[in-house]
Amino acid sequence: MSKKNSEYLINREDNQYEVVIGLEVHAQVLSKSKLFSTSATKFGAEPNTQVSLVDAAFPGMLPVINEFCVQQAIKTGIGLNAKINKRSVFDRKNYFYADLPQGYQISQFKEPIVGEGKVILDMPEGQKEVGIERLHLEQDAGKSIHDLDPQNTFVDLNRSGVALMEIVSKPDLRSPDEVSAYIKKLRSIMRYLGTCDGNMQEGSLRADVNVSVRAKGSKEFGTRCEIKNVNSIKFMQMAIEYEANRQVDLIEEGKSIDQETRLFDTKKNETRSMRSKEDAHDYRYFPDPDLLPLEVSDEFINELKNNIPELPDDKKKRFIDEFKLSPYEATILVSDIDTAKYFEEVVAKMGKNKDMKLAVNWITGELFAVLNNKNLEISQSPVSAKNLAILVNLIKNGTISGKIAKTVFELMLDGDKDPQKIVEEKGLKQQSDPKAIEALIDKIINDNREKAIEYKQGKEKLFGFFVGQAMKASGGKANPQLINDILKKKLQ
Amino acid sequence: MSDITKQSLTELVENIKDKKLSSTEVTKAFIDRSEKSKELNAYITEDFTSASDKAKKFDQKPNLDLKLPGIPMAVKDLFCTKDVKTTAGSKILNDFVPTYESTVTENIWNEGAILLGKLNCDEFAMGSSNETSFFGNVQNPIDKNLVPGGSSGGSASAVAGQLTPITIGTDTGGSIRQPASFTGTVGLKPTYGSCSRYGIVAFASSLDQAGPMAQNVKDCALLQEVISTYDSKDSTSIDFKRNHYSKELTNNIKGKKIGIPKEYRVDGMPKEIEDLWQKGIQYVKDCGAETIDISLPHTSYALPTYYIVAPAEASSNLARYDGVKYGFRAKGENLIDMYEKTRSEGFGAEVQRRIMIGTYVLSSGYYDAYYLKAQKVRKLIKNDFDEAYKKVDAILTPSTPSSAFKIGEKTNDPVSMYLNDIFTVPVNLAGLPGISIPAGHDSKGYPLGLQIIGKAFDEQNILNIAYAMEEKIDFKNKITDWWIK
Repeated sequence: MSKKNSEYLINREDNQYEVVIGLEVHAQVLSKSKLFSTSATKFGAEPNTQVSLVDAAFPGMLPVINEFCVQQAIKTGIGLNAKINKRSVFDRKNYFYADLPQGYQISQFKEPIVGEGKVILDMPEGQKEVGIERLHLEQDAGKSIHDLDPQNTFVDLNRSGVALMEIVSKPDLRSPDEVSAYIKKLRSIMRYLGTCDGNMQEGSLRADVNVSVRAKGSKEFGTRCEIKNVNSIKFMQMAIEYEANRQVDLIEEGKSIDQETRLFDTKKNETRSMRSKEDAHDYRYFPDPDLLPLEVSDEFINELKNNIPELPDDKKKRFIDEFKLSPYEATILVSDIDTAKYFEEVVAKMGKNKDMKLAVNWITGELFAVLNNKNLEISQSPVSAKNLAILVNLIKNGTISGKIAKTVFELMLDGDKDPQKIVEEKGLKQQSDPKAIEALIDKIINDNREKAIEYKQGKEKLFGFFVGQAMKASGGKANPQLINDILKKKLQ
Repeated sequence: MSDITKQSLTELVENIKDKKLSSTEVTKAFIDRSEKSKELNAYITEDFTSASDKAKKFDQKPNLDLKLPGIPMAVKDLFCTKDVKTTAGSKILNDFVPTYESTVTENIWNEGAILLGKLNCDEFAMGSSNETSFFGNVQNPIDKNLVPGGSSGGSASAVAGQLTPITIGTDTGGSIRQPASFTGTVGLKPTYGSCSRYGIVAFASSLDQAGPMAQNVKDCALLQEVISTYDSKDSTSIDFKRNHYSKELTNNIKGKKIGIPKEYRVDGMPKEIEDLWQKGIQYVKDCGAETIDISLPHTSYALPTYYIVAPAEASSNLARYDGVKYGFRAKGENLIDMYEKTRSEGFGAEVQRRIMIGTYVLSSGYYDAYYLKAQKVRKLIKNDFDEAYKKVDAILTPSTPSSAFKIGEKTNDPVSMYLNDIFTVPVNLAGLPGISIPAGHDSKGYPLGLQIIGKAFDEQNILNIAYAMEEKIDFKNKITDWWIK
């Protein structure tokens, strides 16, 4: 695929439009307690069971920063190749809502904890760099539940005060596919770092999507609309697709685009106006006087830097260099930290005489297919890395054929059985004794003399027939290479 | 002993430690006097039954090693007290009973003191006369229909009227020192970060400080020693080495350099205030200290700066009183309607005024001109003090530009009310400690106070100066018990 062809453009009769996208990703910090209180953060707890006096904004209650969340934000900043700000300031974002007990959200406005950085995307047409504008820490709000009672709204404050990282990208994304790759990459980096579990179903990762369009080739940005709080990659892509086309249609009709906040209706697959720029809240940001500016030392940052694990980009490079994987294979294996871990364990268990290609094929082929079918994460794999390594080795050293291996693999699924034992118990070991195979072939040729003559006269297609018969006679266990070699000799 | 309530805290502590008095006797005496003093309206919530029980319990197994053994004490109703209603003087918290205790009051109870009740104050501590309280005016024991000052008006009235041996107030712009000055008592606003703000209903977070209010400097020092602790629950609490203020208290201030800031000689200041100040200068000289004329050039900007910063923070701090979680809720058609009705009915006029000022100065388009500029001026005001403290150890000023005024006299003129805080506000803006001590009377016989401002964390020094001056001044409060029939 050439670079040109992959460009995402919206075509109208005479014009082509480019889509410009920037994301504000809200990633829940992986931490046991909230950003400014000691309440638990576990997902799915009974409503209002993880709420402290601070979270519910009782009179005289004061926020105290959770240092662990600060570490998590800095680690994420390091993972995004970003500038870590030694001084940052918490501000109050003031607005009234029933699930915002303080009447303000503590966030970072002018001085965020992390500044500019970048993320590399692996796109089919090559690598693409996406700029990070900033990352800041802020509190999540509670949850308003409107559908439990016809008269009343219920409020669950379990989320109130949970730490979020808002990661703001530059307007560098140009297509729904890039957005997908960007979110996946962010999620991958944070999962490697252990700073966010990236679980979109549980709301740990969601995004506000800023979309604008412009005539292809134009340097000016168009007027953007912000689509609020989209919580799946699929919905982000659908929302962008819809929104970009809506904006192009307006331009084509000679109308202008209003800068506004929109909502994506997942049922109707369309975006709807939520509020215009004129109705935008005046949040009256000001530094939170209950909190001192957050200051971190070089030592603090360096300590975190020194303990950053190998991240996907580096791991990919190492897989290519060390294991001679193709970039494509490496990309697949590093994209998720658990897959990478699994692969590396297989590699370790295979020992000295290992077949890397074979291992990769088995993981990305048979194993992925099973996981997909059973809807399992690799961390829940029914086959352990150790046993998969043994299986690959059994193929590599000729104990079983690839075909038999598939049978063995099926049997392994039930209780992570040792493939070695399966082979022994079921007698699936490959027959590699040339004399035995020779005897077997002699018998087949004897039984099918006419066909043997036909073959010798030039009907070469019949070779397959003999291979098949030999395999069948051996119960599939005969070494296929030996069958080939011996058959060729005998039928000469 | 019949005159228990006339004793100072220090005397009461000694008498209990010497077993000359029991906690039950002392507690009963203050409860009896409080019962007879309802006309002062000093209390919002009385907790007398529980206090008597606690006193009895204390006497059964008295721990006399504590600093406040069995001492009864009423506190300003801005401190959250576990299981005891805490209103902040507002209708919006009329029925609010905390399940937790403020750090400052916790410290007090841990030293053996017993809660008598919660004292009246201006609503959310916004006021200088205690007239903004939802629970009504407080009478100044000095004279009928005289304001006790504010916002810690109930506290000042209760100490001056001997309804409690000592108390605590909070001071955001003068709320301890001004009422102390109006009632002839001693009030200390500690350095910002000295006393934890945890569990104190917030007015303006960057200015609020709790502090002791007492009949004399020594009592004040003792209570400061108890309430000032580092608290990890308050991110602005500062971990510095705290003195044993009462033990280290000395009247030896020989050679101390006391600054006299010329900018505190404001236009229209009554002559008797000027005279009082001059007397104060003479007193410190008599104590062997030296006075030095200094300049605090940005003083005149302090009041406008304060009336931007404090309302800005208040507008945000008070957003939590929305009728959703606790406190007063008015019925509404929908969420917004409920908010509007709750806050219109729940907050009084002065609180609403300050919320509106605060909301305005933080609004986009006005933020830079008001809030941001005020923060810059605040820095300049602090720099003024830093410069002055290169030359002097402390600063002496009047506490207030006038003596106490009549109830209703200034209620319709907020600006003239705000001017009450002109000498106290700069101290809060700079985060410094300041103490007001009674230093004389005006022509009407009303008390007047002098303020000693110290370096940050130098409470011991200003307590010492106040202690030395107190001895020279030998102030006697003229209280006739007019309210007791």
